[in-house]
Amino acid sequence: MARSSLPGRLPRGPFSPDFWRSPLRGTWFTSVLGVVLLAGITILFVTGLVSYAAYNPDLSPVNDRTPGKGILGFYLFSWPTDPPWLYRLTQGVHVTLGLGLVPVLLAKLWSVVPKLFTLPPARSVTHALERISLLLLVGGALFQFVTGILNIQLDYVFPGSFYPLHFYGAWVFFGAFLAHVALKAPAAFRNLRGMRRGEGEEPDQELAAARPGPPTVSRRGALGLVGGGSLLLVATSAGRSFDGPLRHTAVLSPHGGSEPGSGPGAFQVNKTAEYAGIRPDDTTEEAWRLTVTGRTGTVRLSRADLLAMDQHDAALPIACVEGWSTSDQAWRGVRLRDLAALVGHDDPADVYVESLQSRGTWRHAALSAGQVADARSLLALSVNGADLTPDHGHPARVIVPAAPGVLNTKWVARLTFGEL
Amino acid sequence: MPERMPRPVPGSPFPLLVLLCSFALCAYAGVRLLDGDWPMITLWFVGAALVHDLVLLPLYAAADRALVTVTAGRAAWVNHVRVPAALSGLLLLVWFPLISGRVSQRYAAVTALSADGFAARWLLITAALFGVSAVLFAVRVGRRRPGAG
Repeated sequence: MARSSLPGRLPRGPFSPDFWRSPLRGTWFTSVLGVVLLAGITILFVTGLVSYAAYNPDLSPVNDRTPGKGILGFYLFSWPTDPPWLYRLTQGVHVTLGLGLVPVLLAKLWSVVPKLFTLPPARSVTHALERISLLLLVGGALFQFVTGILNIQLDYVFPGSFYPLHFYGAWVFFGAFLAHVALKAPAAFRNLRGMRRGEGEEPDQELAAARPGPPTVSRRGALGLVGGGSLLLVATSAGRSFDGPLRHTAVLSPHGGSEPGSGPGAFQVNKTAEYAGIRPDDTTEEAWRLTVTGRTGTVRLSRADLLAMDQHDAALPIACVEGWSTSDQAWRGVRLRDLAALVGHDDPADVYVESLQSRGTWRHAALSAGQVADARSLLALSVNGADLTPDHGHPARVIVPAAPGVLNTKWVARLTFGEL
Repeated sequence: MPERMPRPVPGSPFPLLVLLCSFALCAYAGVRLLDGDWPMITLWFVGAALVHDLVLLPLYAAADRALVTVTAGRAAWVNHVRVPAALSGLLLLVWFPLISGRVSQRYAAVTALSADGFAARWLLITAALFGVSAVLFAVRVGRRRPGAG
């Protein structure tokens, strides 16, 4: 200790340029990974914002987990019902691409880790600020990946509700990401163009090893390993966005493998009836009534009353924020707009939907007038030719094209049409 | 020897402006992010970077250096161990909650799916990765032998 603290001594350990020996590090390696992340993280950010909008948070407080969002909701728009696979696509891309980028992020961080130990800690005010920004960048990236990956595995160890953590975390990260791109992307692109023309790398003492060890793998080989890791993660996850044999390819990811149960209701379930606290006694023909309220008052309907109304079909998927989805299922039931008309709303109206669920964040939800007006938006009573199973929402559930899964309320008890 | 503390250098204006602009956005979102259990959220945010840079990365770098040292002089098969080990470790890192079984009960109760078999499937994939790698190594060695003899 005494020796190393003497003035004029060379820094030791990771602070010494000789400590980092890998011949792989250098501007080309970092630039390639950086450009891949620039494209990938941009897609993650956009699909994430799209998913946030898909919940229609401005429609009603029950849809809004982030009431303090302020200007961060500047872009919100009324979520459409077409194409019906829209959320299935955007959220499938968000989660599957995020998984595929894990090895790229890890490799990128590995390639720049010597910079963490540069001395002096700050050469200038700007350099000091840049290093603080890098803490937000690295901490933010890891925070986003870790919360997302834990959430899809239902491992809720993070400190708070997933929605605000992942949403505000994304904006903190994106703030630092924008600065990093503005400051570094020009050099990365310049470097890659220069390399393609065969001009060699820009010298960068901080990235390339001062005294590189003997190579045990080429840079292309190392990039191949990173790409192979991405492919492996995507190949063992992408199947959770499809039914049948493709789902079986998702061998390590949640909602991969087989379908729950057998028969017409054997497709993926977000929350089982038991977990949601549904008591079988409340769903019997005698006990269950649907309460519909609107301009002209309140109507109470039994399941037989609903079956006596015009029945309509809609082939629609279930798509979850966790990134899994099902293929189209054949739903059959009463149109939401017919139920609205029953209580005096011949023109489209918003609806507040309440479930029998005693617990769960999404035991109630709001749908927009546009969602209610769609002819494929149903209060479904059956699926794939059979009555709904308890886990799929028996006696009745909402199904709306392109809506995130949790807005398709199950075990519906009450519909309130009108201004929310 | 420096005779006095060097005066702070301001640095160039463009990066400074970019960073200040970025901090404004980070602060606006950060206040909202921390509106809750802020000590734990801060710990998670900063801790994620520290645990990665000071624990995870040194661990796998040390494991890799140990592998290279052990196989010194036989560099031909370093990558036949390194690649399957890295891929298997990556899968374990990402799917640790399911593979370790720490969410088994909740997963089965919530999804009506079996939570068994994640660890077994990970082990099978790991075995397959090392197996394929070993076969490729044998093929490479076999191809080189006749020429060498």
